[in-house]
Amino acid sequence: MKINVHVTLKTGVLDPQGKAIHHALEGLGFAGVNDVRQGKLIELDVDEGVGDEEVEAMCRKLLANIVIENYRIERP
Amino acid sequence: MKTAVIVYPGSNCDRDMITALRDVTGVEPLRIWHRETELPDGLDLIAIPGGFSYGDYLRSGAMAARSPVMRAVGEAAERGVAVLGVCNGFQILTEAGLLPGALMRNAGIRFVGRDVAVKVENAGSAFTARYQAGEEIVIPVAHHDGNYQADAETLDRLEGEGRIAFRYSGECNGSARDIAGIVGEGGNVLGMMPHPERAIEPAHGRTDGRRLFEGLVEALG
Repeated sequence: MKINVHVTLKTGVLDPQGKAIHHALEGLGFAGVNDVRQGKLIELDVDEGVGDEEVEAMCRKLLANIVIENYRIERP
Repeated sequence: MKTAVIVYPGSNCDRDMITALRDVTGVEPLRIWHRETELPDGLDLIAIPGGFSYGDYLRSGAMAARSPVMRAVGEAAERGVAVLGVCNGFQILTEAGLLPGALMRNAGIRFVGRDVAVKVENAGSAFTARYQAGEEIVIPVAHHDGNYQADAETLDRLEGEGRIAFRYSGECNGSARDIAGIVGEGGNVLGMMPHPERAIEPAHGRTDGRRLFEGLVEALG
């Protein structure tokens, strides 16, 4: 079973990498981009028996640093 | 004084730390591989060295913070054993929850490697006992992820409890309130981005880091 975990920086946390990407897009001539935030997509392949709670625990214990990051679990 | 240096795959300042500890304490530090689940009895100081443990995979320090030895390090810290984390060691201690906050990508994106002026904010800990409060020292930094961040409440608590050990005298990496090093609640865990072990002897060009280790020897015997 595939599970996607999206890890993103919390609102208000400075994202220097996102800013650099934004500047690079502008440098390539792409107009109208208001902001860029960079996150991570972690793709898990887990057994059928692995429940939501366990995936939540994986996120809190390792996949995301909840001091600065949010996570969203998606079952595609 | 009995000291140990934890070594992870990708540590690269472990030998500098060992040399500094041997030089100042006069006793050979133990090297502890990260797969160990127990620490030797009677340790006075555990040092978590700088480097790029696990290649900074996932987040700097994230993988090392979950390695087997960290449970024992956490238990030792709880018992009051002094723990010093430098650079990647600071990142590992925050990731392990032994210190609050997080170390993010430098605000200016670039790796910062140079000597920096750092103000000793609190000279009351075993780590800073040989410095004067308010004194400015110069020690090197070498990091990409040294931008210390925590929520306002945590920062206020660190300030209020005198737990900010070192502050950058000028802009370095975007750290909240220019924080360069903090101590944990018990005062026995210190995390700092600058490298005191690289400023030990005249050949290093600077010796301001030496007093950190001398203070520890004095406090811990």
